[in-house]
Amino acid sequence: MDWVEYRLPIMRVANQHAIQYPAPRNMNFWYMFGFLATIVLVNQIVTGVWLTMSYTPTAEEAFASVEYIMRDVEYGYILRYMHSTGASAFFIVIYMHMFRGMIYGSYQKPRELLWLFGMFIYLALMAEAFMGYVLPWGQMSYWGAQVIVSLFSAIPVIGPDLVIWIQGDYVISGATLNRFFALHVIALPLVIVILVFLHIVALHEVGSNNPDGTDVKRKKGSLKEDEKTKYKIHEYYTKKYDIIGDVVPFFPHIVLKDLVGFCFFLLAFCYIMFFNPEMGGYFLEHPNFEIANPLKTPTHIFPVWYFTPFYAILKAVPHKLGGVIAMFAAIIMLALLPWIDRGKVKSWRYRCGLHTWNLLTFAAVFIFLGYLGGTPQEAWKITASQIATIMYFGFFVLLFIYSKNERTMPVPARITE
Amino acid sequence: MKKIIFVLSLLLPMSVMAAGGNVHLDKAEYDLTDKASLQTGAQLFMNYCLGCHQTQYQRYQRTFDDLGIPLELGHENLQFTGEKPGEHIKNAMPSESGAKWFGAPPPDLTLVARVRGADWIYTYLRTFYADDSRPFGVNNLVFPEVGMPHVLQELQGLPSKTSEKMLVDGEMVDRDVGIKADGSGELSAAEYDKAVLDLVNYLVYVGEPSRLQSESIGRWVMIFLLVLLVLVYLLKKDYWRDVH
Repeated sequence: MDWVEYRLPIMRVANQHAIQYPAPRNMNFWYMFGFLATIVLVNQIVTGVWLTMSYTPTAEEAFASVEYIMRDVEYGYILRYMHSTGASAFFIVIYMHMFRGMIYGSYQKPRELLWLFGMFIYLALMAEAFMGYVLPWGQMSYWGAQVIVSLFSAIPVIGPDLVIWIQGDYVISGATLNRFFALHVIALPLVIVILVFLHIVALHEVGSNNPDGTDVKRKKGSLKEDEKTKYKIHEYYTKKYDIIGDVVPFFPHIVLKDLVGFCFFLLAFCYIMFFNPEMGGYFLEHPNFEIANPLKTPTHIFPVWYFTPFYAILKAVPHKLGGVIAMFAAIIMLALLPWIDRGKVKSWRYRCGLHTWNLLTFAAVFIFLGYLGGTPQEAWKITASQIATIMYFGFFVLLFIYSKNERTMPVPARITE
Repeated sequence: MKKIIFVLSLLLPMSVMAAGGNVHLDKAEYDLTDKASLQTGAQLFMNYCLGCHQTQYQRYQRTFDDLGIPLELGHENLQFTGEKPGEHIKNAMPSESGAKWFGAPPPDLTLVARVRGADWIYTYLRTFYADDSRPFGVNNLVFPEVGMPHVLQELQGLPSKTSEKMLVDGEMVDRDVGIKADGSGELSAAEYDKAVLDLVNYLVYVGEPSRLQSESIGRWVMIFLLVLLVLVYLLKKDYWRDVH
């Protein structure tokens, strides 16, 4: 062990970043989703590797090879359902993780970069999910890809050529499938893994936030011995700061807490995977069990549920380029949160009532947009999605205005619960 | 709901009428554990459907194994064109001919139950009715202007549409209420419903042959996770006892 440790700092890194990492003891339910996202990422990579072993990325064979996995590969259906359920689970977990960041102000100083890396992961994840959805080469794979890729044609001047460049053909075809396969299997997972690594490094540099927003790292020498944590925290942190007594080591305390959450998560995940993998057509859409047919446009084309809020924003704007801009702006606004929110207090516990109301409305509007974008178009929905889109952006405008001179409550010096 | 709405596609050049999304679908109370029903369904499929529709992703042998049909028996009674049991369930009809004869090639049925749902197939196969304006003399309530003949006519007989006068927006109009068989079929109405249900059951099985195995593994996984949850929770509680 020493021989290896002398040459490769396995134990030092494990101690510094996993075992003796200082974590606030009041990290609650909302704090398990980062851990869960990592687990789902590993699940996607491992099952993905095995699926690749039997999948054929050609327009002629893709659909049949998925059914080959479902029928002829030993336990192939479990691999496939783990991967398809994992895709939806990834977004559920990520949306919870992001909302956690919003309610407890985890994006605020000094965690701006951490939040930005998170947003890049989210973007990469959306690209990854979109391209993965094309691979089974069903009707929704094909027509969904058609809709999304054609968005780029709205870009002035270069748009139409850009679409052909992306597709590698004049239409979505086997050539498109091939390159999406390459991107889905190699390029984007690599990007995501690197970004996750940076996300975690950035987190450990500034430390974890907590539901109170109380800083657990204090100036060196400012705490008495009995105010400091009694647990063994890595010297990397204790050398620079005094760590208050409200801190527990990541292992075993937080790991065990996360494992309890993980068990609940797995119960839900495995229930869906083994008993209800289609989730009523939300996780696996019914039309996608029909092979892609370029001559047969489906009556209704929806993206999968996790894209529908943005799809609703896209459709709410009557102008094509305007819709695309609104859709991307919706994501960029989220990325800019650290600068839009000018407040000094992090957690919604100690901020004004308007902030709580604003956050909850935002969550409700996001879900409502998802409903609008994922159900057949009706006249009233156009107006509704326009109102909801305005409310979506209204969240950021309001936040920018009231956060400047906000009436807040004093943040407790020590963690309260 | 989505699957019903999706039904009317642009595939059939003839399917111009955009009705059909609102037809009430009867619930298909199928049972994947009922081997006898699945076997009858397989028999019906091989005899009445396979001539035009393939299930090209499913193999004979897998079907025999899952349905509890001895290989010899299945090979002799359910395979008509001399394939090996390990081969996929296909027919010899070229899809170009199909397109010429029916207006569109008969779709592959491996996953039809996952695309349209069991209820849709169950209702569809029971709502053909006589319509002289159509090439095959029949039309369908859930699939208007359908290109397929009523292949189960010898079992059901030829039904006709029943309608009743109804007051809609102040006007008397004829409204379809269902269909009624003419009694020329081999089966009674109840027997026919049961036969179609068996066929639907079989198609649901073919759509996802691993369903029952998945659920039986799933039950053990859930039990394991519940036990694990209790143990992990107790362990967590023990470690957190001294935290305050």
